[in-house]
Amino acid sequence: MMLKAKVFAVLIVVIPFALSGCAKQATPPGKPATSSNGSGVVTINGAGATFPYPIYAKWADEYYQLTRVKVNYQSIGSGGGVQQIKAGTVHFGASDSPLTPDELAEAGLFQFPMVIGGVVPVVNLPGIKSGNLRMSGKLLADIFLGKVKRWNDPAIAKENPSVKFPDKAITVVHRADGSGTTWIFTNYLDKVSPEWHSKIGYGKAVNWPVGVAGKGNEGVSAYVQRLEGSIGYVEYAYALQNKMRHVRLKNRAGNYVDPSADSFQAAAANAAWEKAPGFYVVLTDQPGINSWPVTGASYIIIHKKQKDPKLARAMLDFFEWCYKHGQQMASDLHYVPMPKEVYELVIKKWKSEIVVQ
Amino acid sequence: MTSSASGSEIIVAMPGTRLRQNQKLASQVFRSCAGLCGCSIIVVMAAILFELLLNSSQAMATLGWRFLVTAQWDPVAGKFGALSSIYGTAVSTLIALVIAVPTSLVIALFLVELCPKGLSGFFRTAIELLAAIPSIIYGMWGLFVLAPFMARYVQPVMGKYLGFTPLFQGPPMGIGMLTAGVILALMILPFVSSVMRDVLEMIPPVLKESAYGLGATTWEVTKDVSLKYGRAGMVGAIFLGLGRAIGETMAVTFVIGNDHSLSVSLFASGNTIASTLANEFTEASEPLYLSALVELGLVLFLMASAFQLIAQLWLRAAAVRMGTQ
Repeated sequence: MMLKAKVFAVLIVVIPFALSGCAKQATPPGKPATSSNGSGVVTINGAGATFPYPIYAKWADEYYQLTRVKVNYQSIGSGGGVQQIKAGTVHFGASDSPLTPDELAEAGLFQFPMVIGGVVPVVNLPGIKSGNLRMSGKLLADIFLGKVKRWNDPAIAKENPSVKFPDKAITVVHRADGSGTTWIFTNYLDKVSPEWHSKIGYGKAVNWPVGVAGKGNEGVSAYVQRLEGSIGYVEYAYALQNKMRHVRLKNRAGNYVDPSADSFQAAAANAAWEKAPGFYVVLTDQPGINSWPVTGASYIIIHKKQKDPKLARAMLDFFEWCYKHGQQMASDLHYVPMPKEVYELVIKKWKSEIVVQ
Repeated sequence: MTSSASGSEIIVAMPGTRLRQNQKLASQVFRSCAGLCGCSIIVVMAAILFELLLNSSQAMATLGWRFLVTAQWDPVAGKFGALSSIYGTAVSTLIALVIAVPTSLVIALFLVELCPKGLSGFFRTAIELLAAIPSIIYGMWGLFVLAPFMARYVQPVMGKYLGFTPLFQGPPMGIGMLTAGVILALMILPFVSSVMRDVLEMIPPVLKESAYGLGATTWEVTKDVSLKYGRAGMVGAIFLGLGRAIGETMAVTFVIGNDHSLSVSLFASGNTIASTLANEFTEASEPLYLSALVELGLVLFLMASAFQLIAQLWLRAAAVRMGTQ
């Protein structure tokens, strides 16, 4: 009895200490986690977009093997990433859609593009092979507006004279969660269809007129694979991994192109990065004969004023290393690395704009 | 005062008093600890409510009552209406109850009245195992197994014979309100049926035996004795199921289609409050959007609380009526 009571008392005294010990290792709210400790090990914390997570994790892992600098990246979503960096709870944020120069100035932030990806319309229709189906942006918008309802609609047949379409309803599949993928896709539709522009607009989540919605790229691809006669949009890597049948899109030059690393890079190469304040460049509907029209860059966002010089240097070193040595790793994972002239411009910019206090 | 003081002096003189005093202290400490823990529940509830109110204040101020009565959900234009989510939550829960309650009742009756003694343990374990499956597994099973099954075999038949009502019209996609309701029914089935079983088991044998003694059949005993006597508990079981169904998130998100439009057909896709929160919270970057989502959470909180309250009141009234307590 007494012994038990004593053990109990000891536990009561010990547990809070043990807990506070644990708590010290966690990030205190409102402040970035301890960036460096006595032994000189640096830990960089980032959070944001889910789309570049695989490559950021890969880079972080390789970089840790080389330098013992630890980069933690949490894929909580672009919106979350922007909020976290604004609140200062992480060292860098990541977003699939760029912040506008005004937003950047307001919060004292600096952003730069890290990798490029493409969004791909995918279909599930018997008899249609990958790349067999051709569409203009306007037709794609009409389908997602619910104006073109059946696969044997003359508008589809007109662009695909050699394909025979079944008399089947079109099921539109889109994202249920807010997403950078949706931002890029709707931004494209907004540019190519005046009706989409006036009725829907673009954003990470929009007021979809028709369709069902899946959560995440995996949710959309699961729905498209399950529903015959469906059309959806996913990140390129998802379309590849799941062997989904993509649509060839007509680009601004009037050319039907397939999604590929080359056509994404073509879109990025034509963009005028040096003229864009805050690297606010939207890569959808870019000129160029080989450009994939639904291309987008994923951004890193950091504070312009860095308080910890050692950490700031380590972080920028990491990003520079990713640009220069991470290209092959990015390509292996179906991302498109930034072209050399773009990242040299970025490095030049951050050298002049980032202030270490 | 004085008499009690002298009383304690007498106790001090007795052997073993230290132990007793220790016990008294321990019991006081325990009592205050327990009180504190009890109060913490109230504090947490109040804090949640406060936080929800605080963070949804912007949406309430901007959108007002329109939030509750419009169905337009347009994050780009900053227009948010919760009607489709509230409707979806209510309808999917209703479908779940319509399927799960009669089934659970039959299961409970089978286990208590009809099942051979040796087998009933096996059935019980099987049903309780259903309750232990994580909801994400139900969701994946729903998407990969149930939804295609519904699309291929169930919905075409329903559409053919029941298609004259607006409830069963439209293309049989397999994803939508009906499938979500079926998944929910499966998920609440173990809870509802095990509570119903407990209720039936607690009916005093003497009551049933007297009825049998009067020549009643098993069916008559069940209908007129067991169900009447256990009515309050049965309603409790239903509300327990309702409480679970109303806030279920992951499984529903997988199969409901996550669409913000209002449609009467149960074949069409829809959304629930919980599924919308799960889908959209991470990427809601505008303050008004976030605030609207928090207000959705508040609506769910209030709905769930209201049902709990109604259940409690009903049970109390029923207990008074039947004079059992």
